[in-house]
Amino acid sequence: MKPTRTLAHRSPGRWLVLLGILVSALTLSGIAASPAMAEDGSTAQASEEFEYFFTGNVQFDREPLEGVKISVEGGGFEADAETDVDGKWRIGVPEKGEYKVSLDEDTLPKGVVVAKGDATVTAEFGLTKLKAVNFFLGEGERTTTNFGAQLLERVINGLNFGLLLALAAIGLSLIFGTTGLSNFAHAEMVTFGALMVLSFGVDLAWPIWLAIAIAIVLSAALGWTLDAVIWKPLRKRGVGLIPLMIVSIGLSLAIRYTYQFFYGGATRQLPGATAPKELSFGGVQLSWIDVGSMIVSVVVLLAVAYFLVKTRIGKATRAVADNASLASASGIDVDRVIRIVWVLGAALAGLSGILWAYFRPGVSWDMGFQILLLIFAAVTLGGLGTAFGALVGSLIVGLFIEISTLWLPSDLKYVGALVVLILVLLFRPQGILGRRERIG
Amino acid sequence: MIDWIQIFSNAAQELISPTTAAYALAALGLAIHFGYTGLLNFGQAGFMALGAYGYAISVLSFNLPVWAAVLVGIGASVVFALILGIPTLRLRADYLAIVTIAAAEILRLVFTTNTFEAITGSAQGLNGYKGSFAALNPIPKGTYGFGPFQYNEYDWWLRIVGWTVVVLLALLTWLIMRSPWGRVIKGIREDEDAVRALGKNVYSYKMQSLILGGVYGTLAGMIFILPRAVVPANYQTSLTFFVYAILLLGGAATILGPIIGSMIFWVLLSFFSGFISRAVEAGWLPFMTQVQAGQLRFILVGIAIMLIVIFRPQGIFGNKKELAFVK
Amino acid sequence: MSSDVTPTSKPVKTTGLHIGEAEPGCRKVDPILIADGVTRTFGGLKAVDVDHVEIPRGAITALIGPNGAGKTTFFNLLTGFDKPDTGKWEFEGRSLAHVPAYRVARMGLIRTFQLTKALGLLSVLDNMKLGAKGQSGENLFRAVFPFIWRKQEEEIEAKAVELLTRFKLDAKQTDYAASLSGGQRKLLEMARALMSDPTLVMLDEPMAGVNPALTQSLLDHILDLKSQGMTVLFVEHDMHMVRHIADWVVVMAEGRIVAEGDPHTVMENPAVIDAYLGAHHDTDLGATETENVEAIKELIDDEQ
Repeated sequence: MKPTRTLAHRSPGRWLVLLGILVSALTLSGIAASPAMAEDGSTAQASEEFEYFFTGNVQFDREPLEGVKISVEGGGFEADAETDVDGKWRIGVPEKGEYKVSLDEDTLPKGVVVAKGDATVTAEFGLTKLKAVNFFLGEGERTTTNFGAQLLERVINGLNFGLLLALAAIGLSLIFGTTGLSNFAHAEMVTFGALMVLSFGVDLAWPIWLAIAIAIVLSAALGWTLDAVIWKPLRKRGVGLIPLMIVSIGLSLAIRYTYQFFYGGATRQLPGATAPKELSFGGVQLSWIDVGSMIVSVVVLLAVAYFLVKTRIGKATRAVADNASLASASGIDVDRVIRIVWVLGAALAGLSGILWAYFRPGVSWDMGFQILLLIFAAVTLGGLGTAFGALVGSLIVGLFIEISTLWLPSDLKYVGALVVLILVLLFRPQGILGRRERIG
Repeated sequence: MIDWIQIFSNAAQELISPTTAAYALAALGLAIHFGYTGLLNFGQAGFMALGAYGYAISVLSFNLPVWAAVLVGIGASVVFALILGIPTLRLRADYLAIVTIAAAEILRLVFTTNTFEAITGSAQGLNGYKGSFAALNPIPKGTYGFGPFQYNEYDWWLRIVGWTVVVLLALLTWLIMRSPWGRVIKGIREDEDAVRALGKNVYSYKMQSLILGGVYGTLAGMIFILPRAVVPANYQTSLTFFVYAILLLGGAATILGPIIGSMIFWVLLSFFSGFISRAVEAGWLPFMTQVQAGQLRFILVGIAIMLIVIFRPQGIFGNKKELAFVK
Repeated sequence: MSSDVTPTSKPVKTTGLHIGEAEPGCRKVDPILIADGVTRTFGGLKAVDVDHVEIPRGAITALIGPNGAGKTTFFNLLTGFDKPDTGKWEFEGRSLAHVPAYRVARMGLIRTFQLTKALGLLSVLDNMKLGAKGQSGENLFRAVFPFIWRKQEEEIEAKAVELLTRFKLDAKQTDYAASLSGGQRKLLEMARALMSDPTLVMLDEPMAGVNPALTQSLLDHILDLKSQGMTVLFVEHDMHMVRHIADWVVVMAEGRIVAEGDPHTVMENPAVIDAYLGAHHDTDLGATETENVEAIKELIDDEQ
C-alpha cells in the first residue's frame, strides 16, 4: 500500500513561525543533544513526524475512492491530504486534542454525497495515538453553496479579520508616527493580551469579562513599562532609528520565547472560542463571538478616532506625529504624549490579540508574530504613520486575504496579500492615504 | 554528573562546522548590505532559500551537474535582488526592510505550499541531492581527525569546501571594500544624497551591493543544505534575525566580524545548550524542563541582540573610534 | 596657488553681465544656466514658479529671498534632486530635464547642501577622493584588481592632499569627517566639490552655522573659485556677504524671481524691499519674522 502523503501546514497558525517548537529543532537545538543532530537530525524532525494521527477509509459501494480531499483543523493547526488508490488517508497532528475533520464534497465523484451526518465531524483522540474517522457516503445531489454566498462569507470574515488587524495596526502606526520606531515587538504585545485572558479566564477560571478587562489593563501597563524601561532611556541616549528597530527585534525574540518558556508550545482555547455558528445572515453562518468581535472592534476604533480628532491629548498626538520639534516648541510635552501613545497602542494590541485568539481560534505563544507582517503590511499600505491609513490598510489586507481564498489555495493566501503590498509600494510608495513628502 | 568533556568537545566542533561557515557567509553578505552600504535587508533568509532550492531542484528535477546547479542558484538570487531592488532602492531605507521581509516570506510560502509539491516537496522539503557533490570528493573513504574533530571523508570534504568559499569571499570583500568602489558604497551608507551630488549613480551601486550580498547569502544557503535536507521551515524570518545577531556581534562593517562572530555565536550556543541541558538532566535546575532549557537560548539571543546594539554597536571587531560618532 | 592669499577686502567685481534692462528674467551676455517656466507645487502650494532666469558664466551670482521663497527647492530642481511639474532648463546648452542628479553632477554642475553632508564615518581624505570623477576603480569588476586603478588613485590622492592643504584641512586628513567642526565640514564639502573640476558650483547657504573665524577664509575660497574660471551660484541670508562677493543678485519671493541686478542697485529695488516686508507681513512664525527684519536692516545699513 502506498502511504498517502500528509501535507501539514498551519494556517494561519504557521504565518511567520512554523510549527512552534520545531523551529528550535531546525535552527538550533540539534546541537544540544548531540553534534550529529545539528548536521543530520533536523531532517527527521522537520518532516511530518507527528505523534498523533487521524486515519480513514473513503469508499462508495465498496469501491475505494481516490483523490478525495480530507482536511483537519483545530488549535490553530490545519492540514489536508488526499485519499490514495485504496481510498485510505492519514493526517498527522501535533498534539492530542479536538479537531474538525472535513471531507471536501467537491472532490467526490458526481452524484455522491456524504449521506449520514455532516461532511465535517469533530473528532478527539481516545487512549491511542490513532483515531479513525469515517464518512458515510450515499447517492444524492449535493447542494453547493453558490458563489454569492461564498463571497459574502469571505467578505464578513475578511472584515472581522481586518478590524482586529486594525486595532493592532493603529497602535503600531501611532508609535511609528510619534517616535519613528518600527516596533517588531508589537507582535508580542498582541500575544500578551490573549495570554493574560488565558491565565485569568482559564487557569484561574475567573469570569471571562473580568479576565478580558484585566488583560487589557495589564496590556496598557506593559506598554507603559516598555516605554519607561527601554524606549524612553534609548530616546534620551539619542540612539538612531535603525538600531532602535534592531533592539525591538531582539526584544521580540526574547519576549516571544519567554512566553514559550512559561506557557509551552501548545495551542489552548479561550472559553467560548469554539462556539457553534448559530446565527445566520443571508446564508452566512456566524457565531455570537464573531458578531461580538466585530462590534467591539468598531466601537473601539470609533473611540480611538474620537480621541485623536476631538480630545486635547489626541490633537497633541497628531501634532507630535506631524512634527515633534514644532510640537515641542509650542508647549506640548512630547514625552508624555509618547507615553500615552505606548499605553494606548499596547492596550489596543492586547485587545487585538484577544480577538485574534477567538478568530483563529486558539492562544499560542507565537500568535502575534504570525500576523506581525500583515500588521506591517496594513500600516505600509495605508501610509506609514497615519492612523486612518492603518485602518484602511488593515481592512484591505483582511478582505484581500479572505476573498483571495476563493481562488488561491488556502496555504498561499498570505502570498497574495504580500504581493499586493509590494505592488502598491511600486506604484504608490507613500501608501494609499499617505502624503508624498513622507517617503523622504 | 555533568560530562564537561562532551560539552566542550561539542562546542569546539562548532568552530569548523559547515553550519557555522554558512552563517558566516550569510552574515558577510549582510555586512555588505547593512554594514557597508546601509541597506536594511531583512530577507537574507529568502536569498538562502533560493540557494538551497535552486541547488536541490536543479540536481533533483533537472539532473544538472554541481557547477550548473550553483549557477542556477546564483542566477535566481540575482533575479530576486533585481525584483526587490527596482521598486525599493529609490525609497527610504525602511521600505526595503518591509519589502525584503515580505518577499522572503513569499518565497518560503511558495516553497511550502502543496501546489508545487512535485518540485519543492512542500512542507517535507527535499533530500537526495548530495550524490554529485560527494562524487567530487577526492578524499579516500575513512575517518580522519584529531581530538573532537573526527569526521568521515564526506564531512571533511564539506568543511573544506565550505570554509574555502568563506575565505575566498572574505578576501574578495576585503579587496573591494578598500577599492574606490568600496569608498562609494561606504559614502552611500553615510549620506546617499551627498554621493549623488558627487556624480555617482547611487541607485546602481545600491543594486550592485544588494545583488552581491544576496549571492553570498545564496552560496551560504547551498553550504547550509549539504549536511542536512532542504526544509522550508528553516527559512523563516528568525533565520535572518540570527544572521543579524551574528553580524552585530562581530561588527557590521568588518570582514572578520561576521566570520568570528559566527564561530563565537555557535560555540557559545552549543556550550550553553549543552551545559543547561545536562544541568537539567543532573537536577541542578529543578524548575526547568529539557524543552524549556532549549527555549532559554532564544531568549538569550534576543537579549544579546539588544545589549550589543545598545552598548557595543560597533561589535567585537568594529573600530572603537567610530563609536563616538555612531548615531 | 592661492593658499597664501590674504583676505581680499575689495574683491574685483565682474560687470556687464546682462543685456538690456536689469529686470527679472533679463538676458545675459553669456549664460551658463537657463531655466524656463520651471514650477513645482507641494500640496497645492506653488513653491517654485520661475518664468525665466539666466545665470551668467564666470561670475558669482547670489540667490536671495525671504524664508520660504523657494530658493532651496529651486536649487534641488536645477540639480536633479527634485522634479519640477513643468518647465525646461539647460546647462551649457544641454537640457537638464529628466536628467538624474548624478548625471547633472557629471556634467560639471556640483552642489553643496544647506545642512552639510560630510560623510561622517569616512576619513577626510576618503571624502575628498570620493569627489573625483571617472574613477576606473569605482567599477565593481575592476575594483577587484588594484593594479588597474592604483595609478589613478595616487593621482587623485595627490590632488586631494593639495586641495586639503589649500583649505587648511591637511592636518585632519586621516580623521573621521564626523570629528570636524561645522565650519570645517563646510570647507570640506566645498573642497570635495572641487575634486571633480566643476564648471558651475552651487552652494546652498555656505555660511550657515559657520564660526565667524572661518567666515573670511570661506569667502576667500568662494572668490578663488571665480578667479579659477568657475561659475558660482549661491543661496545666502547674510546680506553683507552677498554685497561683498556677489557680481549679480537674483531675488526670489514666494517662488518667483522678483528682481535681478548687481548687488548695489538690486537692493534699492522696491520689489526687493517689498518681498522682504511682504513676507514679513504675511508670515506668522516668530523666527522668520526676526530674521527677515534683520535682513531688511542689513539691506538698509548697507545702502547708507
